[in-house]
Amino acid sequence: MKGMRAFLRRYGKNRAALGAAAVLALVVLLAIVGPLLYAIDPFDMVGLPYATPFGEFPLGTDVSGRDILAGILNGARISLLIGVTAALTATTIGVALGALAGYYGGLIDDLLMRTTEFFLTIPSFVFALVLVAIFSPTVASVTAAIAVVSWPSMARLVRGEFIAQRGRTYVQACRALGMPDWEIILRQILPNALPPVIVVGSLTVATAILTESGLSFLGLSDPNVVTWGYMVGVARTALFAAPWMISIPGLAILITVLAINLVGEGLNDAFNPSLRGR
Amino acid sequence: MTSAALLSFLVRRLIQLLPVVLAIAVLNFVLVHLAPGDVAQLLAGQSGQASAEFVQQLRHDFGLDRPLYVQFLLYIGRLLTFDLGYSYVQQAPVLGLILDRLPATLLLMVSSIALAIAFGILLGVTAARRYGTLVDNVISVAALVAYATPVFWLGLVLIVLFSVDLGWLPPDGMTDTSRSASGFAYALDVLRHLILPAVSLALFYVAVYTRLMRSSMLEILGREFITAARAKGLAERTIAWLHAAPNAILPVITIAGVMFGNMLGGSILVETVFGWPGLGRLIFDALLQRDLNLLLGILFVSSFVVVVANLLVDLAYGLLDPRIVHK
Repeated sequence: MKGMRAFLRRYGKNRAALGAAAVLALVVLLAIVGPLLYAIDPFDMVGLPYATPFGEFPLGTDVSGRDILAGILNGARISLLIGVTAALTATTIGVALGALAGYYGGLIDDLLMRTTEFFLTIPSFVFALVLVAIFSPTVASVTAAIAVVSWPSMARLVRGEFIAQRGRTYVQACRALGMPDWEIILRQILPNALPPVIVVGSLTVATAILTESGLSFLGLSDPNVVTWGYMVGVARTALFAAPWMISIPGLAILITVLAINLVGEGLNDAFNPSLRGR
Repeated sequence: MTSAALLSFLVRRLIQLLPVVLAIAVLNFVLVHLAPGDVAQLLAGQSGQASAEFVQQLRHDFGLDRPLYVQFLLYIGRLLTFDLGYSYVQQAPVLGLILDRLPATLLLMVSSIALAIAFGILLGVTAARRYGTLVDNVISVAALVAYATPVFWLGLVLIVLFSVDLGWLPPDGMTDTSRSASGFAYALDVLRHLILPAVSLALFYVAVYTRLMRSSMLEILGREFITAARAKGLAERTIAWLHAAPNAILPVITIAGVMFGNMLGGSILVETVFGWPGLGRLIFDALLQRDLNLLLGILFVSSFVVVVANLLVDLAYGLLDPRIVHK
């Protein structure tokens, strides 16, 4: 508990990370309660198209007269849901494969790392796009596709951590005590490897949100939900008539991704006080 | 480095490529068979509207009525003769369609990488030299914002600013069709069209390289040889650019290969925004028409391009740091 308090104090010293955490908390709050408080169906044509913001509708209406605020609030849910779920899945896969490769070494390591490098070689966005196109876009298929292209860097990271730890005295002691491998991996080494995993995992959420927005901008999003990328795609058709329309969903993506990245950096600084600012 | 050492390094690398290319082929094959629905229907690319005879014909042509391993061998055999299949939607061989579009994409990507490396190094070194000052903070914050900006949205914003509002640069295409220029005028026309897409695509990577270069420089500037250079009384500018920067560049080059694959995704989005006639547009059309054969072909060729790019980066790395070749 004392370590946790010291950690939070170090995190709190970083003003940008503190502010970003507040912004992120606000985005999460809006995603959860927003659609309940502002209960307008984002697919409903509620008024005339091209209504400018701060008029009858808080953020105006889009090219078909749909409420933009309703879209932003519902889109926040989808972005965060897909971003967090995909990142968690990718982290789980990456940790599992990286831990096995790093702990056992030898043939297992070779096999897993060649596979990892192979997946790193395939252009991730193109791969995700083909996967979603093949399985047709749903929230689940988009999440799975992003997870499939996001795990390799995590696997590499975890492998490195495990290689660094496996020769340490405490691991040897565990072996001498006759502790089973799975227990050494999960209970002994993994907790020590967790800080970088948390940092990279949080940055993976940001990348996943950017990937999702790109896919839905190209039309590869679940047709039953509104996403920010889809909204930019729709607004694009009115680029010359209503240039302001692209700015709202675009800024929503930018602010969310920026906040997550800053939180990730803040966590990194708090875990490694000696590396601040590097 | 002797040319013999370089040659053996190159051969070694080329041999290492083979399993990767084979694995990409296996992946493509698996993807087609994982796809829900009838493979022949998918290959026809008309989302169930192809005639029964045509689908039957396809099934026979692709050996889809034969055992899976035979299908796989047939597939590999076709790949070896550079046959990536036929796009029934576009009525043309897939490879030809891709090769037609590849130069435009490569032009866009290479321009963006050049911009990204040049500005990344410049900004990274500047930030590191002014560590902790206002200049450093401004550069770092700008890099963070650029790092979080969706590339397709940035492209649209640049169109609004520079094409709609200011009218300085064209919003789409690669050339003005109204004018049939040749030679220098043509190159200038392409350049004018290239600026906005290249800048849109590059900005994210400028941020990546700036951050990498900055931290790499900070590490190098703490080394003893830098202290020695200072003790000799060299100017700070000379130390930063001639002594520290060349050493700090290596990690930047290493990730350039990985970044190339990553950038291909950005390129698809940027090309869609700017109507740039490259692979991105081809993918967009293939998506609209559910042209699976073409999509898989693009995945195969783009993976192959990344493999080759990585090889080139390795070679550049070997030339910059001879120790690598002899490892």
